[in-house]
Amino acid sequence: MESFGYFNYWLAIVIIMIGFYGVIARRNLLKQAISLGLFQTGVFLFYVTMGVYRSPDGTAGVAPIWTDAAKTGPFDNPLPHVLMLTAIVVSVSTLAVAVAIIVNIQRKYGTIEEDEILEADKRDS
Amino acid sequence: MDIELPESIRAHLPVLVVLLPLFGGLLAMFTGLVQRGGGVIAWAWSVLITGLMLVCSAAMLQLVHASPEPLVYRLGSWPEAYGIGYSVDALNAYVILVVSIIAFLTTVYAKDSVMAEVANDRHHLFYSVWLLAIAGLIGITVTGDTFNIYVLLEISSLTVYTLVALGGDRDRRALVAALKYLILGSIGATFILLGIGYLLMLTGTLNMGDMHDQLVRMREAGTLANNRTVFVSFAFLMVGLSLKMALFPLHLWLPNAYTYAPSAVSALVAATATKVGVYMTFRFVFTIYGGVYDTSADLQLLALCACLGIVVSSVAAVRQMNVKKVLAYSSVGQIAYIVLGFSLANHTGVTASVIHIFNHAIIKGGMFMAVGAVALRTGGTKIEDFKGIGRQMPVTMAAFTVGGCGLIGVPLTSGFISKWYLVQAAMEEGYWGVAAVVLLGGVLAIVYVWRLIEIIWFGTPDDPNKRVKEAPLSMLVPMWILIGASVYFGIDATWTADSARAAASLLLNGGHG
Amino acid sequence: MIALNAIEWLPTFELQLSPILAIAVPLIGAFLIAAAGRWPNLRESVTIITAVALLWVVGNLNNFLEATPSKAEALVDVVPGMSLAFHLEPLGMIYAMIASSLWILNSIYSIGYMRGNKEKHQTRFYVCFALSIASVMGIAFSANMFTLFVFYEALSLVTFPLVTHKGTPEALKAGRTYLGILMGTSVCLMLPAMVATYVYTGTLDFTQGGVFAQPLADGALSPALFGLIFAMYMYGVGKAALMPSHRWLPAAMVAPTPVSALLHAVAVVKAGVFSICKISIYIIGVDQLRLYDQGGWLLYVAGGTIVIASFIALFQDNLKRRLAYSTISQLSYITLGAALLWPISMRAAAIHIAAHAFGKITLFFAAGSIYTAAHKTNISELDGIGRKMPWTMAAFTIGTLSMIGLPPTGGFISKWYLMQGAWTAESGFAIAVLLTSTLLNAAYFLPIVYRAFFRKPPEHDGHEGDHHHDHHDHHDHGEAPLPIVIALTCTAAATVGLFFYPDLFTGYASMLAEAMPK
Repeated sequence: MESFGYFNYWLAIVIIMIGFYGVIARRNLLKQAISLGLFQTGVFLFYVTMGVYRSPDGTAGVAPIWTDAAKTGPFDNPLPHVLMLTAIVVSVSTLAVAVAIIVNIQRKYGTIEEDEILEADKRDS
Repeated sequence: MDIELPESIRAHLPVLVVLLPLFGGLLAMFTGLVQRGGGVIAWAWSVLITGLMLVCSAAMLQLVHASPEPLVYRLGSWPEAYGIGYSVDALNAYVILVVSIIAFLTTVYAKDSVMAEVANDRHHLFYSVWLLAIAGLIGITVTGDTFNIYVLLEISSLTVYTLVALGGDRDRRALVAALKYLILGSIGATFILLGIGYLLMLTGTLNMGDMHDQLVRMREAGTLANNRTVFVSFAFLMVGLSLKMALFPLHLWLPNAYTYAPSAVSALVAATATKVGVYMTFRFVFTIYGGVYDTSADLQLLALCACLGIVVSSVAAVRQMNVKKVLAYSSVGQIAYIVLGFSLANHTGVTASVIHIFNHAIIKGGMFMAVGAVALRTGGTKIEDFKGIGRQMPVTMAAFTVGGCGLIGVPLTSGFISKWYLVQAAMEEGYWGVAAVVLLGGVLAIVYVWRLIEIIWFGTPDDPNKRVKEAPLSMLVPMWILIGASVYFGIDATWTADSARAAASLLLNGGHG
Repeated sequence: MIALNAIEWLPTFELQLSPILAIAVPLIGAFLIAAAGRWPNLRESVTIITAVALLWVVGNLNNFLEATPSKAEALVDVVPGMSLAFHLEPLGMIYAMIASSLWILNSIYSIGYMRGNKEKHQTRFYVCFALSIASVMGIAFSANMFTLFVFYEALSLVTFPLVTHKGTPEALKAGRTYLGILMGTSVCLMLPAMVATYVYTGTLDFTQGGVFAQPLADGALSPALFGLIFAMYMYGVGKAALMPSHRWLPAAMVAPTPVSALLHAVAVVKAGVFSICKISIYIIGVDQLRLYDQGGWLLYVAGGTIVIASFIALFQDNLKRRLAYSTISQLSYITLGAALLWPISMRAAAIHIAAHAFGKITLFFAAGSIYTAAHKTNISELDGIGRKMPWTMAAFTIGTLSMIGLPPTGGFISKWYLMQGAWTAESGFAIAVLLTSTLLNAAYFLPIVYRAFFRKPPEHDGHEGDHHHDHHDHHDHGEAPLPIVIALTCTAAATVGLFFYPDLFTGYASMLAEAMPK
């Protein structure tokens, strides 16, 4: 059951792949953007789970705050968690820019379906 | 030319080159408060900022060449293992200078082009985002911290998506192109983030130098053999980076994004964004994994992709009906040349790559500027708009022609120097087939460039009575500086060749900042 | 120092000029011509003055010529190991002498031709012409392969506007073929050959005896690869029009006749064969080729080109096209001479560069003269034209004699030496080719002369459809404008003069042969 021991990683990868599939397969631009968000969230989960510490004897790490437990016993690595704060900000801004562009596409094309847009472009040229 | 700066500034150069455009960009937004002429103030401000940045990066290159050790700058004086460390060596000082030169010249150039192509109430925002994009690009180059690379990469990417989307004021296809770029770019960046995550798991550090040291230690301890984590991290990084530098077949975002972006943006992005992507690849492949992980098989794969890219994109360039798109496809091919160079992994090959980063930046930047000038005067960049334009805008089109010769690799243009080193690198390895592909790319470049040149100089305009003025001086001067440089560095390539050789030695000796 | 003072009428100076000056003079001339573009008389005076100045410079350089290459003068170091550098040596001198002396005559001729035919864009024409001559000088005096390559490519580029001078779709199409083949071959074959040379030998300098002796002796370079590099060089020089890369030459005939005359009969094609000889002698080393038994194929390709091109020429009715195929065949004489790999045959090749230049330019001048005066381009229309244009056709006849290789013309001298070379090399094939081609040359040139002088001119009854577009005054044409007649008389005289006073060019050729390893 060693692979199952890494279930948290499996979960992260599954979420990443669901998002990735959505980005590729969806033809609606907004759905693509949502899938992109999911895709990035999977990566956050991956980082977060990476920081969790479990010692060989099974004792779990504690949150790395200034408590006695953290001073003496094992604690979780805060670095990946902190990194994800930044990454979440990045992800949110990415989505914001994406949605802004999609809104403008809706205004100019009247649709956010990719195939309809392609058709409109073909008609133009 | 020696640049003397006070010690207090000299000590902070690595961080100044990033902070200048970063804060400059934020401040540029306030010019929107001025009712009339705010756009011009924003432009003047951007010229000032990029000009200062250029001085700083030139000074920094001198400093690096003068000192045997790389310049290290610790943000907030934290030790590198905890905080973010910036480090500048012969390689990135050179890339920073390239980016700064292009940034300054394209900013000067942008004034009239932006006036014509971007809606009036957005000029202050345009320059604000413009400077932030430059800050991101420079930041990627200067930092020695992998997570910081990711953050700055996203800063530059998000701003570039926005800049591309601003082309939507003229042509709505820019919006779709920007969104496509955003989605593929974000996937690439996320892959890079994943790759960094695996590296972090392995080494417990984010600093490039530390990562390399840890990997060396692990190899000595024997824990690196058949280590899947290192393999996976490398795979994710390579895919992500290939997306970012638009290596065939992951280049699909590039042609439309370059074509429909405002002209000034095309010039800036084409000359710098993918180059910075290549720089990141150098760092990951050579500085982190160099001498630790056997990358030869992966590099062969890259070389294969690059060879295919050269041929496929050049063929695609021949068939395009929009001049900007021809240049965009040609960019895909030229990036492939750069990738091909370092994937040969010998000294000459890496030298060729580093030289071509500079040469292609100036040639393509200059050519996009020329096309932008035509867009300003005729209102379009389709082939029809270029018919016989050589007689109406001779100075601009002469620049375009000389730039085209550079793309072909005519001797005495800098394109020739790159090609020479590239072919030499291939032959040193005994890869005659690779050399043949490079030369075939050159021949295809003759075809697509000459097609344009014939239309420009020998074509007859559809409307013979249409009179078009020559481009304004603010466009001609930066354009000719770049094109002139491409000729100058084709005749006397000592500076570029020496800088590139120094950078190549640094990379191949596992050097890191 | 063996100074050759064969042209004593030129003022001599103790001071030696730099070969760079020979490039600078036409380059400056080009700028002045462009500046004087608005005043045709001034513009054309500038052209002729520049041409005379260039001949003077080349004449001065000639006085300081030695058998072995002089020390290279570097203009600029591009990157370490690659520089723009120039030197003097006999082969380059032959080429420079021919090009600079014929430029004067060609300029006189151009004035008559361009004005007579009221061509457009004349300033562009003269500027590009001067630039081409500058490139030719660069090729002639290049001290290393890189310099040669640079000017070789420059020559292709600056002659492009000349080829497409008319600007018609056919001209553009011909221009594409022209540039495509010339740049394609040089980029795909000559450039990698250069890089390979650099990779294996570490130098690109033209060195007496070639640069490959060391790596071949070490075994660093296998003879087969050496042979491949040689082949890449030979086909990389597309300007030598070795079959099957000869198509550009007939295509380029769409250009105005002065362009065909000087560039496509003399400067450009001579750049090709000159490069072949220069590379064979100073980069590859003919003795290395003999030693390692490589390059024998070139003899057969050159021989084949001679015979096949002559056959094609037989069936061309367009006069300029027939001349173009004749050029292809004559060029391969020179390549054949080089391919025999003996000093004496190399000497023959060098002399033939000169002999063919004077003969062929005369023929082209005559063709242009006929076009200007009578607006005729086809051989079948030339019946009896010799009576109306005696000077032109007399010169034409001298040109044909030289092509066939009959006395009293320069062509005889070079063919004589070529035969000697073929005997020395004991090559029955070469002898057979030379004999066959002489017969073929006679077969396609003499009928023209016969038509011109011995057939009756056609009666004008107004029913000849293809003459409708001609103006009426062309029917009763006389001799061409005076500048044209002067120019072609001079070149015809030079062709004959070469027979009686061959010393200048045979002198160079002997110097070249003496310096070569036996």
